[in-house]
Amino acid sequence: MPTVSLTVNGKVVSAEVENRTLLVQLLREKLGLTGTHVGCDTSQCGACVVHINGDAVKSCTTLALQVEGTDVTTIEGLATNGELHPMQEAFRDNHALQCGFCTPGMVMAAIDLVNKNPNPDEQTVRRELEGNLCRCTGYHNIVKAIIAGGQAMGG
Amino acid sequence: MYDFTYHRASDVADAVSKVRDTGEGQFLAGGHTLIPTLKLRLAKPSDLVDLQGIANLQGISASDDGVTVKAMTTHATVAESKDVQDTIPALASLASGIGDPHVRARGTIGGSIANNDPAADYPAAVVGLGATVKTDQRDIAGDDFFTGMFETALSDGELITEVSFPKANKAAYYKFKNPASRFAIVGVFVAQTGGGVRVTVTGAAPCVFRVSEMEEALASSFSSDAIKDIKIPEDGLNSDIHAQADYRAHLVNVCARRAVDAC
Ligand SMILES: Cc1cc2nc3c(=O)[nH]c(=O)nc-3n(C[C@H](O)[C@H](O)[C@H](O)COP(=O)(O)OP(=O)(O)OC[C@H]3O[C@@H](n4cnc5c(N)ncnc54)[C@H](O)[C@@H]3O)c2cc1C
Ligand code: FES
Ligand code: FES
Repeated sequence: MPTVSLTVNGKVVSAEVENRTLLVQLLREKLGLTGTHVGCDTSQCGACVVHINGDAVKSCTTLALQVEGTDVTTIEGLATNGELHPMQEAFRDNHALQCGFCTPGMVMAAIDLVNKNPNPDEQTVRRELEGNLCRCTGYHNIVKAIIAGGQAMGG
Repeated sequence: MYDFTYHRASDVADAVSKVRDTGEGQFLAGGHTLIPTLKLRLAKPSDLVDLQGIANLQGISASDDGVTVKAMTTHATVAESKDVQDTIPALASLASGIGDPHVRARGTIGGSIANNDPAADYPAAVVGLGATVKTDQRDIAGDDFFTGMFETALSDGELITEVSFPKANKAAYYKFKNPASRFAIVGVFVAQTGGGVRVTVTGAAPCVFRVSEMEEALASSFSSDAIKDIKIPEDGLNSDIHAQADYRAHLVNVCARRAVDAC
């Protein structure tokens, strides 16, 4: 079996994978990082979003071997010394989750969104959130949280 | 997903020989069409040859005449490119409307046009601007490139290296999108160039097509009024769960007028 080596949440890791192993399978099944979820497995819902070299992408639509040598960040890599990332904190403060299934993908998408559009307005957030589906909250509080998280990240 | 053997190509010659030397090999670009297709077991390539490491398949160059986009350039890069925004803003805007941010971060122009999905956006611009598709073997006129549903003029193992879009005097793309996938239910690209006016339609039929009646009407008067009474026959248009043929025929006129107004 081929081996893939990459950086995940700041640590260099290597794992044996099949040619067809997806990035999300590498993360969940080989590395035990089950914060990244599989919602649809058809590239639609964004529950599996992680960062590859800083860009939010769907890890269910990426092969593990494609990310050789890259820097991957998952939801587990956001908190520092037990303190939540400002975007995670904003999701909590704004009640931006109910069941929480979509939340890891939402938070990862939100951070990339804010990095690329600092202090986004509501319209920008709604447009840039097109790739993330939530079946519970109705988006309203998610959008509020991302605007607040964006301000906290800037400040 | 059936298993396959994954390879990384170091340059164009290496990619082409790896695909040709393996029985049922295929190029892998952004994977945002190919990986979902493999998951559905709709394809069974023996080998996938990843193009991401090939430096001279990446990037955009602009001149007074237009822009050249290398095959592995992502939709996000085209959308954000100052060169594309300044030279052919309609092309940047088209790229910014493909899928969602995560799809745009991975999907590439080469993969999109090689796949020729009937609802894809880029084919409308490739034909609408009279672009040229360059491969490892030849130059193919945009007009001759898209030959049918998921069919192109590419031969087996032929690799797209870049697409050159000539600058237009005015151009705009208007898409009536599927709200879930953002693919075009109907998308119309209108361009006024030195060589005349072009109106191309994607999403409505099995393959991108031009509407000559609208092109002639716009050549004599470039206004949405000039085409408001031009009806598109519904014969041969797609009917599916998203829209019936008669509705798509209606949308072609609506999208064309909005594109003209946006020019
Ligand atoms: C949720 C979702 C929404 C989407 N919405 C839209 C949309 O609104 N509009 C739209 O247009 N598209 C949309 N797409 C499709 C997206 O743009 C794809 O990325 C694109 O069609 C394929 O590009 P790719 O780089 O991912 O190619 P891949 O999936 O890697 O490859 C596709 C095909 O092209 C071949 N190929 C790739 N590169 C080359 C090359 N250089 N030369 C020859 N052959 C090559 C491959 O062998 C394969 O057969 C969507 C996709 C998803 C998952
Ligand atoms: S699980 Fe990846 S997009 Fe839904
Ligand atoms: S909180 Fe349940 S799916 Fe979003």
